[in-house]
Amino acid sequence: MKILVPCKRVPDPDQKLRLNADATDIDGSAVTYILNPFDAIAVEEALRIRETAHPEAEIIAVSIAPAEGETDLRTALAMGADRALLIEHEGQIDPWNVARILAAVIHQEKPALILMGKQAVDDDANQVGQFLAAQLGWPQATFVSKIEFTTDGLRIHRETDIGIEIIHVTLPAVVTADLRLNEPRYASLPSILKAKKKPTEHSTPAKLGIKPEPRIRLLGMELIDSQRTCEKVTTATDLLDRLRESEVIE
Amino acid sequence: MNKVLVLLEHDGTTLRPSSGSAIGFARELSDEVTALLLGEDLGAIAAEAAKYAPVLTADHESLSQNVADRWAHVITEVARSQNAELIVATSTTWAKDIVGRSAGLLGGAMASDVTDHEITDGQLRLRRPMFAGAVNATLILEGSPKIITVCPSAYNAPKPADIPFLIETLSVDASTLPSATRFESLDCKKGARPDVTEAHIVVSGGRAFKNAEDFEKYVGGLADQLGAATGSSRALVDAGITPNSLQVGQTGKIVAPELYLALGISGAVQHLAGMKNSRVIAAINQDPDAPIFEFADYGLVGDVYKEVPRLIEELNGS
Ligand SMILES: Cc1cc2nc3c(=O)[nH]c(=O)nc-3n(C[C@H](O)[C@H](O)[C@H](O)COP(=O)(O)OP(=O)(O)OC[C@H]3O[C@@H](n4cnc5c(N)ncnc54)[C@H](O)[C@@H]3O)c2cc1C
Ligand SMILES: Nc1ncnc2c1ncn2[C@@H]1O[C@H](COP(=O)(O)O)[C@@H](O)[C@H]1O
Repeated sequence: MKILVPCKRVPDPDQKLRLNADATDIDGSAVTYILNPFDAIAVEEALRIRETAHPEAEIIAVSIAPAEGETDLRTALAMGADRALLIEHEGQIDPWNVARILAAVIHQEKPALILMGKQAVDDDANQVGQFLAAQLGWPQATFVSKIEFTTDGLRIHRETDIGIEIIHVTLPAVVTADLRLNEPRYASLPSILKAKKKPTEHSTPAKLGIKPEPRIRLLGMELIDSQRTCEKVTTATDLLDRLRESEVIE
Repeated sequence: MNKVLVLLEHDGTTLRPSSGSAIGFARELSDEVTALLLGEDLGAIAAEAAKYAPVLTADHESLSQNVADRWAHVITEVARSQNAELIVATSTTWAKDIVGRSAGLLGGAMASDVTDHEITDGQLRLRRPMFAGAVNATLILEGSPKIITVCPSAYNAPKPADIPFLIETLSVDASTLPSATRFESLDCKKGARPDVTEAHIVVSGGRAFKNAEDFEKYVGGLADQLGAATGSSRALVDAGITPNSLQVGQTGKIVAPELYLALGISGAVQHLAGMKNSRVIAAINQDPDAPIFEFADYGLVGDVYKEVPRLIEELNGS
């Protein structure tokens, strides 16, 4: 069984962002990147599937990113993915076109399972998994916190606003990981060194026959800082008084 | 913008109140707003929806559970046959799953979690948070139809009409529906408190609370005194102390109540993303340097195990 894990590199959330000169994007020059945390969870789940239900599984990490993005793909290799594929693309790309490129890769690789993050923590779109499943005509299971293999597919726990839903999907399928699916392992130093020897293939959207057709045009960005100044009160009574003055409680 | 289709979420019995936000947004853009309901035995829900807009129902036993591939298939067919230019829903896990897939069938011009809009030079400009709310982006969608989910806190439901709108039942050809997904069960933890996205006051607890009993006693107790919803940080969800449905933040729910009370929450960016647009924010934290105070209007430095009982007692006495 082949498992394909889309891996996005995203700016490390623990840093202060700046905007570029015309405020249409963040200033990428001073940013450190990490593997999207939800994609790390997806890689971990693929590894666990290979360690338990499907020892023969081949795990392929795929990223659409500029050439430097290879560094973050190597994180997936160091965790234990078998090979990595970098689709080189400079600049912004929206979820629709990411899904189109991934679909083209999937037509070549023919995996049985796509395991990916529910959301990239830069655009916070939460769209690519659903778009991809729709384009492929495959069933989808989003926001997943547990996966069990059955004789004819996957039994899945999904985290919804109203509670945990259990569904069953046949394979091939697209599964998007929520935070509680697992806790990703850290790559050990030897595995990081070993990962340097694992193959990374490079391709481009054009080689896959895809010409991006933008659906989202970003006009501008604004950094949001706190507009508030905190008044410190010293007792619970004072706090209630302030809240009454603000007319938010009676 | 002419034809707008609003997708309404329901639990099989009633409309999800936050669905009203999508209708409110749609009404700001168009006079031709139609609501679409999918499910089985939709009579009472359709009657409720008809107070806000003309309603189309796809009412069929094969749609009894909101399975994404089936529902998205039907939504797509209706959107095409209605020539909808815009499809709107309120951003919830339901919408992210099902409306997201519909958008994937309809060409992918989708914006999620929209908080504001304007029409400039005939162009619909949308604003939405990115990077855990650190950035507010303005964008336009290229292509048609455009699919938009709005933050429940950003738009209000319109007033119900005195005379209900018409309800039209669509025919459903069950033989064409995808069948690769099977619903098994939903473990629905419905509490007596309002939903965190729909309450005027949210009392939220963080890692300061050591177990579920304490959370219920302190956070729940204070919420009940205030008629509020309870929320929580991811830390408590991870620890299994609170259910996922209470999680406020970048990867949970985005809320903007009149009052957000953060109890023993540090104020990580991912948490702030979910609550920083609340009207008034108050925080109790024993660490005077906790980042939550930078985003609060009122701060009390203290132990939640001591201060919360005082709040409950005073409210109880008044
Ligand atoms: C990809 C990703 C997505 C995430 N999404 C979310 C999300 O959607 N929502 C979310 O909330 N988090 C999210 N997180 C987690 C987030 O980064 C923080 O870890 C989390 O919000 C911390 O929760 P906390 O404030 O309860 O705990 P902590 O950061 O541990 O803070 C506890 C606070 O309680 C105070 N305290 C302790 N005891 C007491 C006491 N007795 N009285 C008073 N104060 C006390 C401490 O001073 C401290 O400030 C996400 C993380 C990642 C990586
Ligand atoms: N550029 C990309 N390269 C590889 N995978 C991506 C890329 N963008 C998004 N994805 C995948 O799609 C998921 C959801 O992203 P999004 O819809 O942008 O929130 C991510 O968690 C990734 O698994």
